[in-house]
Amino acid sequence: MSHQPVFEARDLHVIRGGSLILKIPSLVVSEGEILVLIGPNGAGKSTLLQTLSALLKPTRGYISFRGRRIGSDIPLLAYRRRLAMVLQEPLLFDTTVYNNVASGLKIRGVKKDEIEPVVAKTLARFGISHLRDRSARTLSGGEARRTSIARAFATNPEVLLLDEPFSALDPVMRETLLEDLERVLKETRITTIFVTHDRMEALRLASRLGVMNSGEILQTGSPELVMNHPVNEFVASLVGVENILAGKVIRGNKGTSLVSVSGKEIEAPGDLSLEEEVSLCIRPENVLISNMGSGDTSGTANRFSASVERITPMGPYQKVHLNCGFPLATFVTGCSLSALCIAEGSTVLASFDTMAVHVIRKGQPVDAR
Amino acid sequence: MRNILRVWFVLFGILALVVGMGSVAQAQEKTLILATTTSTQDSGLLDTLVPIFEKKTGYFVKTIAVGSGQAMTMGRKGEADVLLVHSPAAEKKFMEEGFGVSRRLIMHNDFVIVGPAEDPAKIKGLKSAAEALKKIAGAGALFLSRGDNSGTHAKEKDVWKVAGVKYEGEKWYQETGLGMGQTLNVAAEKKGYTLTDRGTYLALAKNLKLGILVEGDAVLLNIYHVMEVNPQKWPKVNIAAAKAFADFMVAKETQEIIKTFGVDKYGSPLFFPDAGKKVEDLGK
Amino acid sequence: MDLILEGFKKAFWLLISFDPEVLGITLLSVKVSGSATLISLVIGITVGASVALTRFPGRRIVVSMINTGMALPPVVVGLFVTISLWRNGPLGVLGILYTPLAMIVAQAIIATPIVTGITLAAVQQLPGKLRLQILALGATRLQMLWILIREAKLSLLAAVMAGFGGVISEVGASIMVGGNIKGYSRVLTTATVMETSRGNFDVAIALSIILLLLAYLINLVLTQVQQRERPR
Repeated sequence: MSHQPVFEARDLHVIRGGSLILKIPSLVVSEGEILVLIGPNGAGKSTLLQTLSALLKPTRGYISFRGRRIGSDIPLLAYRRRLAMVLQEPLLFDTTVYNNVASGLKIRGVKKDEIEPVVAKTLARFGISHLRDRSARTLSGGEARRTSIARAFATNPEVLLLDEPFSALDPVMRETLLEDLERVLKETRITTIFVTHDRMEALRLASRLGVMNSGEILQTGSPELVMNHPVNEFVASLVGVENILAGKVIRGNKGTSLVSVSGKEIEAPGDLSLEEEVSLCIRPENVLISNMGSGDTSGTANRFSASVERITPMGPYQKVHLNCGFPLATFVTGCSLSALCIAEGSTVLASFDTMAVHVIRKGQPVDAR
Repeated sequence: MRNILRVWFVLFGILALVVGMGSVAQAQEKTLILATTTSTQDSGLLDTLVPIFEKKTGYFVKTIAVGSGQAMTMGRKGEADVLLVHSPAAEKKFMEEGFGVSRRLIMHNDFVIVGPAEDPAKIKGLKSAAEALKKIAGAGALFLSRGDNSGTHAKEKDVWKVAGVKYEGEKWYQETGLGMGQTLNVAAEKKGYTLTDRGTYLALAKNLKLGILVEGDAVLLNIYHVMEVNPQKWPKVNIAAAKAFADFMVAKETQEIIKTFGVDKYGSPLFFPDAGKKVEDLGK
Repeated sequence: MDLILEGFKKAFWLLISFDPEVLGITLLSVKVSGSATLISLVIGITVGASVALTRFPGRRIVVSMINTGMALPPVVVGLFVTISLWRNGPLGVLGILYTPLAMIVAQAIIATPIVTGITLAAVQQLPGKLRLQILALGATRLQMLWILIREAKLSLLAAVMAGFGGVISEVGASIMVGGNIKGYSRVLTTATVMETSRGNFDVAIALSIILLLLAYLINLVLTQVQQRERPR
């Protein structure tokens, strides 16, 4: 099994309408990984996907597929036939579900009797065998998406590219389809690039997470890495870091530093220079609250008395906005809230581990690999 | 499935084209373009004569029926091989300018003035056509003209000239711009007078409430000549076929057919054969 | 009123008795207009779809030319084709003036812009990303064109009907380039004009009824095909 990357993109530039909409110095996608790209609208995610699938010609740079350059070493058509792409809308053809799923095979000139078993298997895999002879026009949103994805899988692609396939669905449908996709990806171990702007989807599927904005990839890495160690504030806000605090380093210790934030002192990991200006990122999940005087003082260096400013419901959780002298947010279940008898105006103890603090040094180079 | 249908369609199309082209395969030498007037064609005479000619000589005749002016122009441009028309003045000019190599008298029919039974201008029985028109103008009675520069219209203008009265723009003078048959229908509807060739009138008489009021005046004669187009001006002219047609038209058997054409249908003949005669001798 | 009744009676008898001349005229109408429509379909659908999908300098001008072409007066086409096909004219060597082939050519020229314009609108109306999706499925440019045409088939059938309707009813150009020669280049429309000018209104009406019936039947078939595809 070669360790040759599936994709290698270098110096990729795409200019449209006079402006540079994609600028990627380097990107490598490995065999079997699921790379999820998140970013706001207009970040260039779709552009990148289209360039990778040779539907868009870059103004500069090149892409290699398994070591061979697209366009020169591999002819475009042959290359495209080894991939599959699913777009935002199902874009099914005006015919039966069977014919839709078979369309990729028909395009490749596969014989009718060879198509039949493949399509049957694919329909079963996505649970739409019962829709086989239905007209695509009569499908519900979820059924249409399944058909669209099945159509992509039927051709047994080496790489799967999905551009926000579930974005316009209701949460229940989304959840179901996500589960099914997860299952199939696990079974087939197919190299996948998935674009979304939903954080939860990203976390579910990704073996590697990529954050994009303004045509550039700001950071890639495992989900844990990006989520807990965002390379700058933008990435931090995108991956869901609720607490980003600006401060100045006042003391350095062995392996830790003390940062002054709004007059309070927070212990953060790493050797930082005195007087250095930093941003501290703390995920709300890592902030614990307890009642004052509950006694347990072991371990946690960062403990602050805080007043509860506001409690807002956030789906299954309650988001508690604290004021420790600096703003701090945390997520608590409703049960915990009532158990702790916490309400707006209460005073609580907020604590978080030193290692839960991620430091963004101003002027730190962006790590884009 | 759709694919197969489409292929069949295309095949059918090609087939149709081939068949269409087959008719073009008529060798040019065997084709004769005959330019004549709509009223000549409408009389039905050519429907009888042309097949006989085709059978006899093997030529394929393309009878193009247009207005008199257009027929002459076709001759001038060499787009026709032979002309069968009835505008003597224009024909003479045609021959003088060297566009025709031969001009032969074939037949004549005549024009008549028809009108409603009430006859408000009281022209019935007059011997002079010009006189009749004068009276129509004087009475301000409705007169329908074809107004299309056809042979009939040309004849009508000639008679007005002789009558010497103003008619253009007058309220009672209306131009239909239509063919003879339609103009007759309009005249019948509106109870007006009009000048028509006898043949068309006879063909429609039973449905029209119009009667023949003035006939027999020499000026009302409608004289047909056949002219072969000059190949020296236009080399593509099929002069052999043109000559064959002209010869055919003056031939004794053809003239006999012309003599009796229309009798069984209308009671009187539509045309009077005149081959070999002198124009001055025409009339009664 | 009785004239129309006469017409109906005459039409009935002509059809029942399979009057050979009327049959010939009707068949020729179908052959000529059918061939012209087919030619216009091949050219029109290809050009219309291509223009719809391609960006090129001057595209706007081409599109407005196509749209103008849809309103091209048939008599104008007839005039120019006649002048071109004159024996002594630029294309005179073809020697096809006053033949059914010339009529097919003129009618094809009339129908093609109609089919092109409707196809252009139909293909442009397809979802923008559909083209990308088809290419992403690994289609060649030709396959993509074919699939897009299939997706637009409802509108394209309308284009067929519009093109055919335009030429089966055409008379000005047909008379000019065909010559209305008995048993050779005479079709329903040109025969109707001739019978009318002769004053034979009953025959003219009869031919008109036959023409309407013919047009209706053909459109019935096409509509069946089109409506069969409609969303349920």
